[in-house]
Amino acid sequence: MGRYVIRRLLQMIPVFFGATLLIFLMVNVMGDPVAGLCGDRECDPATAARLRAEFGLDQPVWQQYATYMGNVFSGDFGTAFNGQRVTELMAGAFPVTIRLTLVAIVFEIVIGISLGVLTGLRRGRPVDTGVLLMTLVVISIPTFVTGLLLQLLLGVKWGLVKPAVSSAATVDELLVPGLVLASVSLAYVTRLTRTSVAENSRADYVRTAVAKGLPRRRVVSRHLLRNSLIPVVTFIGTDVGALMGGAIVTERIFNIHGVGYQLYQGILRQSSQTVVGFVTVLVLVFLLANLLVDILYAVLDPRIRYA
Amino acid sequence: MRGAALAQWTACAVAVALAATACGGGDNGGGASGVVRSSWGDPANPLEPANTNEVQGGKVLDMLFRGLKRYDPKTGEAKDMLAEKIVTTDSRDFTVTVKDGWTFSNGEKVTAKSFVDAWNYGAHLENNQRNAYFFGYIEGYDKVHPEKGRATADTLSGLRVKDARTFTVRLTQKFSTWPETLGYAAFAPLPRAFFDDHDAWLAKPVGNGPYTVESYARGSQMTMRKWGEYPGPDKARNGGVDLQVFTDNNTAYTALTAGNLDLVDDVPASQLKNVRADLGDRYINSPAGIIQTLAFPYYDDRWNADGMEKVRKGLSMAINRQQITETIFQRTRTPAKDWTSPVLAAEGGFDDALCGEACEFKPAEAKKLVAEGGGIPGGTLKITFNADTGSHREWVDAVCNSINNALGNDRACTGNPVGTFADFRSQITDRKMTGPFRAGWQMDYPLVQNFLQPLYYTNASSNDGKWTNEEFDGLIDEANAESDPVKAVEKFKAAEKVARDQMAAIPLWYQNGSAGYSDRISNVALNPFSVPVYNEITVN
Repeated sequence: MGRYVIRRLLQMIPVFFGATLLIFLMVNVMGDPVAGLCGDRECDPATAARLRAEFGLDQPVWQQYATYMGNVFSGDFGTAFNGQRVTELMAGAFPVTIRLTLVAIVFEIVIGISLGVLTGLRRGRPVDTGVLLMTLVVISIPTFVTGLLLQLLLGVKWGLVKPAVSSAATVDELLVPGLVLASVSLAYVTRLTRTSVAENSRADYVRTAVAKGLPRRRVVSRHLLRNSLIPVVTFIGTDVGALMGGAIVTERIFNIHGVGYQLYQGILRQSSQTVVGFVTVLVLVFLLANLLVDILYAVLDPRIRYA
Repeated sequence: MRGAALAQWTACAVAVALAATACGGGDNGGGASGVVRSSWGDPANPLEPANTNEVQGGKVLDMLFRGLKRYDPKTGEAKDMLAEKIVTTDSRDFTVTVKDGWTFSNGEKVTAKSFVDAWNYGAHLENNQRNAYFFGYIEGYDKVHPEKGRATADTLSGLRVKDARTFTVRLTQKFSTWPETLGYAAFAPLPRAFFDDHDAWLAKPVGNGPYTVESYARGSQMTMRKWGEYPGPDKARNGGVDLQVFTDNNTAYTALTAGNLDLVDDVPASQLKNVRADLGDRYINSPAGIIQTLAFPYYDDRWNADGMEKVRKGLSMAINRQQITETIFQRTRTPAKDWTSPVLAAEGGFDDALCGEACEFKPAEAKKLVAEGGGIPGGTLKITFNADTGSHREWVDAVCNSINNALGNDRACTGNPVGTFADFRSQITDRKMTGPFRAGWQMDYPLVQNFLQPLYYTNASSNDGKWTNEEFDGLIDEANAESDPVKAVEKFKAAEKVARDQMAAIPLWYQNGSAGYSDRISNVALNPFSVPVYNEITVN
């Protein structure tokens, strides 16, 4: 197990460098960011040259990348164009997004898996058909529609919640955005669990467990569910990364100053330091989440062993 | 409708789940201590007076600073604020006397030195100030801010402190209306704290305006409170303003309609249709000093050729401004009739007859003129714009439709979107335009000079199309040297007529400022810079 983890960690190094280099190049292709700093007019050439020097934009791209990576390893992610340290932006954005992601994941696990087990055990019954139909609807409606609709109904028409999340972004404020963010994945989790449970409920070991007289609850939770969760865990694991980076739409709708918002702002202002910094961290999160998923396999299914 | 019904069902379920945790509304008191909750956008540049060139940062500076002059929020007229008097005999050497009794909110006195130090800082190349060129009229600017290489002087030679309250300014050229430019934020005084501990100042700016910064969480909120000892006549009539950064102006608008926000000064285009129903008379749509034009690349020989002025005039007459401003902008824009802005008023140089028929929709004549001028270069007109902000795509498409219909050719005009504003600007700076492109101009100060010289004078800072005309330049020089303001305005208008005859740029429309507010506050108005006049707002 230990050797496996070390091997995986070592594999992350080339992925990390490749991903950051790609992002760095992509942001650079977008053109000269300094031109956008002076509003609807040309920066005077001397100031523009000074700004380029300040942000290191006057050097060739490979040198910029080398300097940047050197700084990253000493914990310096550079400065955004508004003079704010990128690390400062991260310190503000990541806690918010992590809270949002956690809320979303909890929704996925609690609602998604319960509905999945429920429908998986009652295949073909009205409950099953009803939930299946509902997941279909949720999957086919884009997030921004659900988001705006819930915001309008709950926030404005019925006044149950504040439509915009405050800058503190407490967990109770994040419930609705979290649900919106989770909605599509939640539907997938339901379907995955349902199929997996339905399949495994006919397995030999379940029949054996029933035959030896175990209580139904124990059969479902210990034998059936544990074996059925592998595809679901894979899905949720990769979803952690997707939720953290892909919350741009939800974050904009609900005024959440998280990672998605900072990325959007960074892209609009062509602030390579912001974009590369945030994406780098997201890449790390993604890699670690995947590793965690692989390790969880072994926990869920004793037949899987890593050497 | 199944989708909607189901979504509603889901919403119900969620509502039940949330009923227990529903948050209470904001409940700060009303009256003179009430706090206004206003939407904000994250300023693009560090919040320094000479480094702020957009409205979001401008809002803060307007609350935090008072300069020598202040533009009247209603008329835009430059009135003395900290200036006791500004005298000149030759329109080139000015003596400025600062009023007694003004201090910064940290207790430091505002003296002549506060201004001179601030201006020297703003002008100096090494301070990377985006608005440094505002000091370009002051003698010695070329030494502290050379176009190439390092600065050879530390301070502007044209600025001299005479005593605690007096300083003199020498300009590089005659500029009779120069004192009226001093209401711009870049000319604000700065306290010693700004220079002594710059980082601390940026984290919590200190100024001499009616508000002080209580706390500033960058990127999310700035809490401004009334400064009780503010010595000026325009004291804050509310307890303070909370500027809250919103990720999206639609979200801010939604928060306003839900009663969680008091003031939105950027009503999104998509909501303009509902705004009357949502807010009734709590919606403001008032003229601002902004004009949108189509500029042309005069560095491209095809557009600079003889006869092309006819094509440009023809294109201008092919645009149905009335229809576009009514249907797309819901009357938040007004069809342009000259190259300035109605906020200047007639005595300031605005003239709604100046463009005349060249700005009217006359499709038949337009077609004739374009043909006479030799047709559109390359056969297709490509209007370049940045697609990331300001719903530009909608109007560019509409303008193209209008031109295509007028010319009877489906391929006469098409939009050419550029992904980001920064890329758009860098293509303009690199002179890569091959056809007309979006040009917007928001005035820095309400003078006709500001609508003409920076945009059309040879090699001026915002002359993006590199238009050049000796007659125009000459008239502008004369106008600047003219000490009688009435005659100066006439000279500027004469120059504007030269730009009209050449159709240097096609004027499209004047932009209004729009804002919506809650029933918690009243006395809300926008100044000619489309910034809310915060200190006048009262909380009910």
